Amino acid sequence: MNLHPNEVEALVQKTARDFTDRVLMPIAAQIDREEAIPRSVLKQLADLGLMAVRLPSEYGGAGASTVAYALAMQQIARGCASTAVTMAVNNMVGEVIATFGREEQKQKYCTRLASGEYCAGAFALSEPGAGSDPGGMRTTATREGDGWVIQGEKQWITNGAFAGIFVVWARTAGKEALPGAKGITCFLVEAGTPGFTVGRAEDKMGLRGSNTTSLQFDRCRVPNSAILGEINSGFKIAMMALDGGRIGVSAQAIGIARASLEESIRYAKDRQQFGSPIATFQAIQWKLADMRTELDAAHLLCMRAATLKDARKPFSSEASMSKVFSSEAAVRICNEAVQIHGGYGYTREFAAERHLRDVRVTMIYEGTSEIQRMVIARSMLA
Amino acid sequence: MDFELTEDQKLVRDTARDFAQREIAPKAAEIDKSSRWPAEILARMAELGFMGIAIPTEYGGAGLDPISYAVVMEEISAACASCGVIMSVNNSLFCDPVYKFGTEAQKHGPLTEVASGKKFGCFGLTEPMSGSDAQTMVTSAEKCEGGWRINGAKNWITNGPHADYVIVFAVTERSGGKVKHTAFLVEKGAPGYSQAPADHKLGIHAAHSCTIHFESCFVPDSAVIGKVGDGFKVAMATLDGGRIGIASQALGIARFAYEQAVSYAKERKSFGVPIAQHQAIQFMIADMATQIDAARLLIWKAAAMKGEGERHSLESAEAKLYASEMATRVAHKALQIHGGYGYSTEFPVERAYRDARITEIYEGTSEIQRIVIAANMLK
Repeated sequence: MNLHPNEVEALVQKTARDFTDRVLMPIAAQIDREEAIPRSVLKQLADLGLMAVRLPSEYGGAGASTVAYALAMQQIARGCASTAVTMAVNNMVGEVIATFGREEQKQKYCTRLASGEYCAGAFALSEPGAGSDPGGMRTTATREGDGWVIQGEKQWITNGAFAGIFVVWARTAGKEALPGAKGITCFLVEAGTPGFTVGRAEDKMGLRGSNTTSLQFDRCRVPNSAILGEINSGFKIAMMALDGGRIGVSAQAIGIARASLEESIRYAKDRQQFGSPIATFQAIQWKLADMRTELDAAHLLCMRAATLKDARKPFSSEASMSKVFSSEAAVRICNEAVQIHGGYGYTREFAAERHLRDVRVTMIYEGTSEIQRMVIARSMLA
Repeated sequence: MDFELTEDQKLVRDTARDFAQREIAPKAAEIDKSSRWPAEILARMAELGFMGIAIPTEYGGAGLDPISYAVVMEEISAACASCGVIMSVNNSLFCDPVYKFGTEAQKHGPLTEVASGKKFGCFGLTEPMSGSDAQTMVTSAEKCEGGWRINGAKNWITNGPHADYVIVFAVTERSGGKVKHTAFLVEKGAPGYSQAPADHKLGIHAAHSCTIHFESCFVPDSAVIGKVGDGFKVAMATLDGGRIGIASQALGIARFAYEQAVSYAKERKSFGVPIAQHQAIQFMIADMATQIDAARLLIWKAAAMKGEGERHSLESAEAKLYASEMATRVAHKALQIHGGYGYSTEFPVERAYRDARITEIYEGTSEIQRIVIAANMLK
């Protein structure tokens, strides 16, 4: 057992922490208010290697471990959760292409994601009528000549408005021939492809700086070379992306909660009531102790899932445990942080309010808490 | 970063699991019902080195690390929580402080006997009117010719009825606002030493506890553990380690309750299918499994830090707080999954429910753990 990050992991963590403290923290409220992340911030993240932490250096990545990625994600989310989710999607798009793509796909897309030439990548799996159950997907891709025609609609697409490359899942076989999620294929669709349009941005409770849109595919033609992996094996790619993505969301939740806890400690030491700082009251101390304990447990679950992934061992159930525990603990922690701040916590003058709005989605995206529990129970009852 | 046990630690765990399942588990219900001291099991645990796991072999111990200790505690407690706490008191509350603060004579004498399991040790800090707050301690020790005279009473002393040695904390200085304590190593049968009958408890029936009285009980100067006046420091350092033991006990109880619930849920049918197929049950099982893993990781973190010689008060308190509250929740849900059968003594989950409850109380209540954690955060 060794619970310490190695030198590279510690360096990646420090790089992200410094960037958060220096660049993100001062502008996080503005990003939330103006509903946009400055492009320069995304470019700086790419320059620091944080848009492609796991990609090999030959594609411009940092070549670091999942542990390093999760530690960096925690730090970026500590500064700005909207920036963190953009970073998370970019990293996972790059990783999926690097894992399943052909050499020319990697050369073209991975390098552009890593360098920041593409501001972002995007995953297009969810649909208006198909979220947790990809078997209900209605978007289709039909073979025509030497290519495919994609028809359908996607929903909740993070980075939709400015992503350069989209990973799009579509049904390529009839439900009768291949039922459930078996007849699904994964395509790489470039922004601006004729027949592919991006819908308007969603108006969300939190992560207001991140961009979320719908996508419309109306007879959108893509060549055969756009297929990622094999025909009708897209579901496997989706599951791989989600397992890895869950570690990222878990880390994001931990980062937001850590920021909330740090602000709560600062506020509790400063705020005076009944003649002494509220930190001297057990009612407040109890909250802080519970917040810290749950946060530390979440961090350990997150690191365990990441080390299993790095060791190429099965980690699906551990990633789900990490995700459900971290996100639910983080929501509780951010909620208590607002409580500790009292009326001020309900205003935008303090970051606690933003954290509570931002953290709520971690229980929903990349598989709801309910889906995580199904994954865990299936593994425990097998 | 690596969360795997080493090969040696896995071997220790497998040995403990195999022994616990073969020799303890079949007797656990009987020793709970009869409230008998499991002498023959403890003798076997001594043979395996479990009574002084982290004590060097030269003092009768097994010479292993704190993670191995936590792992064995989990396995023993998963079979029988009473055996778990008897072992924990012997290891964490007696052997650890004597090894860390004791004289060479104390280490070659009492420590070697207790760590090897030939004799038992116990720990006397709590009093009838003084638990978490050691400043209110009444038991005192007065200096006399060649030694000290101890007066007072200690209660809830686990292993007390069977112990050969007790570490007693007594006030040795009362000047000004604060009192100073000293730790003494007292042999059972010292003049003025007497025991009350064993306590009746909700759970951990086989782990006997009692009140111990000291009436002008004489101990020689050589009985002092550590320095005179340093007793509070000895107690706190001891509890940092003890909390890892109790957290592991809670983890073992929870794992047992969880395993019972899973096997029952696969068998028991309702609405035409095993209840394990209902999401209501699946979600309870998913939460139990996740929380058990979270507790184990917190425990291993604290134990790893202890092994590296780092300060681990905060981490031990987190592990103890989380694991104990987790254990009562998990035992509660496991009993719920069993329905009416869970409430009957016919199924062992009822015992787990009773046994789990103490882990939130002894070696520092959940409230004390939160004080420790908050104090560390607000420094």
